[in-house]
Amino acid sequence: MPETKISAATPLQARRTAIVVGASSGIGAALTRKLAAEGYLVAAVARRAELLASLCNEINAAHGETRALPFIHDVTDYDSVPSTLQNILQTFGRLDLFVYNAGIQQHVKLDEFDFRKDRAMIETNLLGAMAWLNPVAAMFHHLRAGHIVGISSVAGDRGRIGAPAYNTSKAALSTYLESLRNRLTRRGVTVTTIKPGFVETDILRSAPKKNFFWLISPEQAAEGIWKAIQSRKQTAYVPAQWGLLMLVIRHIPSFIFRRLSF
Amino acid sequence: MTTLPYERLTYLENFGHSLRAASYLYKPTSAEQIGETFQFAKKNGLTVTLRGAGRSYNDAALNGGGIVMDIQDMNRILEWNPATGVIKAEPGVTLQKLWQHVLPDGWWPPVVSGTMYTTLGGCLGMNIHGKNNYKMGTIGEHVLEFTALLPTGAEVTCSPTHNGDLFYSIISGMGMLGVFTSVTMQMKKVHSGLLQVEAFPARNLHEHLNAIAESAPVNDYTVGWLDSTATGSGLGRGQLHTAKYLHEGEDPEPRKTMQVSYQTLPSTLFWVFPKSIIHYFMAPFMHNPGVWLINTAKYIASLRKGQYRQSHAAFHFLLDYVPNWEKAYGRDGLIQYQSFLPKETAEDAWREMLTLSHKRGMPSYLGVTKRHRPDKFLLSHAVDGFSLALDFKVTNKSRASMRAMLHDFDRIVLEAGGRFYFAKNSETTPETALRFLGKETVEKFKALKRRTDPHNLLESDLFRRVFGSL
Repeated sequence: MPETKISAATPLQARRTAIVVGASSGIGAALTRKLAAEGYLVAAVARRAELLASLCNEINAAHGETRALPFIHDVTDYDSVPSTLQNILQTFGRLDLFVYNAGIQQHVKLDEFDFRKDRAMIETNLLGAMAWLNPVAAMFHHLRAGHIVGISSVAGDRGRIGAPAYNTSKAALSTYLESLRNRLTRRGVTVTTIKPGFVETDILRSAPKKNFFWLISPEQAAEGIWKAIQSRKQTAYVPAQWGLLMLVIRHIPSFIFRRLSF
Repeated sequence: MTTLPYERLTYLENFGHSLRAASYLYKPTSAEQIGETFQFAKKNGLTVTLRGAGRSYNDAALNGGGIVMDIQDMNRILEWNPATGVIKAEPGVTLQKLWQHVLPDGWWPPVVSGTMYTTLGGCLGMNIHGKNNYKMGTIGEHVLEFTALLPTGAEVTCSPTHNGDLFYSIISGMGMLGVFTSVTMQMKKVHSGLLQVEAFPARNLHEHLNAIAESAPVNDYTVGWLDSTATGSGLGRGQLHTAKYLHEGEDPEPRKTMQVSYQTLPSTLFWVFPKSIIHYFMAPFMHNPGVWLINTAKYIASLRKGQYRQSHAAFHFLLDYVPNWEKAYGRDGLIQYQSFLPKETAEDAWREMLTLSHKRGMPSYLGVTKRHRPDKFLLSHAVDGFSLALDFKVTNKSRASMRAMLHDFDRIVLEAGGRFYFAKNSETTPETALRFLGKETVEKFKALKRRTDPHNLLESDLFRRVFGSL
């Protein structure tokens, strides 16, 4: 439960509201900062209480009022999602934007085949997303308004040699979001799939290989995502040049792709 | 908590379309269903807000993330006695349904709002007044008895002499103490479907308030339009409308004029334009220069005095002349700021407020003045003096500065011994409410709330905003 008090919504103090799931670090934290700076009231949802508290404190201190509220929640605790969501709706009174950003990558060696790692990634990146997206989509469907943003990845565009489960989780998330888009557009709801390239986050820091290019900071990623939100994009690569690169990569024939080392 | 009825989720707005909240909407048709909804709310940790026609300018009928119980489907007239003028009705009955039911028998609701689309439940929850407040008091003063369902499950019958404390607090209690299930009211005898109306101008605020004060005692109704865009020596100028009931015999054809068909407002303007589309043509004028132009033209037209007979409906329900007029205010809607001031301090305070609004470039687009008298209800907005209602257009750009201005208004009104109305102002702070209501009244209200609603099931956004921290 949030401890900080938010000022009541009035016609002259009407505020847009957002939920960011996976807000404690990386892209989620940067996006929470960005949305708060744009005037949103943000429910910052994450598992790590201390990180979340310091993020919210920092944001609220910077703006001199409460703009970010912490909600401690583990996305793999699927059953607690509806009550957390209801709690946020009651606190905010309305919901304009929902961002699912929670994601993990457990690196597997080329000769490593580990179901536990695969399962953990699917549980956080995909099942956690589904657990949130279902009640959020139900709400937006009936409210006939709202914007859903899923942070997928360029990694979901192909099944690569080094990250079978991570690629699968992001591919599945992208497909799931596409289905949601096709269901919800007719109800006035926008669904945006974000596919970031390399972003300086914990996932990258823990990667065994460091051969990254077009590397951007979480803040730059948040800027790109904010632009996509504003223009109500369906799919956005962040930064945009990844769109072109992935177009090429998606069309690399298998007999070549099998022999590539990335 | 996993069984929340998402299919009931809907965005509801205030009347001015300037605020919205997502709520689970329920439309009970019986006291039993109201009770079931309370049970459901309690089980799921939700709160309940009552909503009638949704005509409040603020968040009185909004409950973000909670249940809104819309009582409009409880709209039966239960008993009507044309000999005594006593009517018993459910809370969802609108004033429109009420007057249309009683007028053909020679009666009229003793107190009506500027729109006929409000419900009895909403009118009593806010204890509305009309253009005859100084003479007839608020609507609650004409209630003989009501029944209400409390969140505890108890059904109570209240009258001024039986359960008097609940009578004087559930009426005016913003729907926070219980739900009306039936209302018994005394109608006012009339001898015609017409009123004798007089219209005349007032050249400035001083003249305006003097004219209201002098007209009120000798008329049944008095209302002023205030040109809120006029500055300088014309500050507070406007037009007054007064009306008197016709005595028996003054109307040669009372049977005819008391027919509903005779009272109906025309549906077209200049015989051709359907009124339902007029608000689209108003929208391009809804900015400072456009409204100045309209107000000035209206004032010049008002310089010609008039005396005429007008139907009750046409005189009272000015807000219904142009359907959906509030939509002309555009995407961000409108708000209303109404202040009630003692007759001794009103002129100076409103001069200061109107001047301030011009200085800050945020003039009101519509001003309405009325004469009032105090009443005995718990959350009362009334004073022995006047009220001024000011409509303001909300724009994204002006939100913060307008909020600051309204807080300055609050300070001016409080210093002048004024009061506010919970159906109107949207920016009233807990501190302001505490100051005009007084600690004793707030404590009494809270004690009654603990008694009728020990689990705090009845809560609106308005209640949380103003009373949540008191």
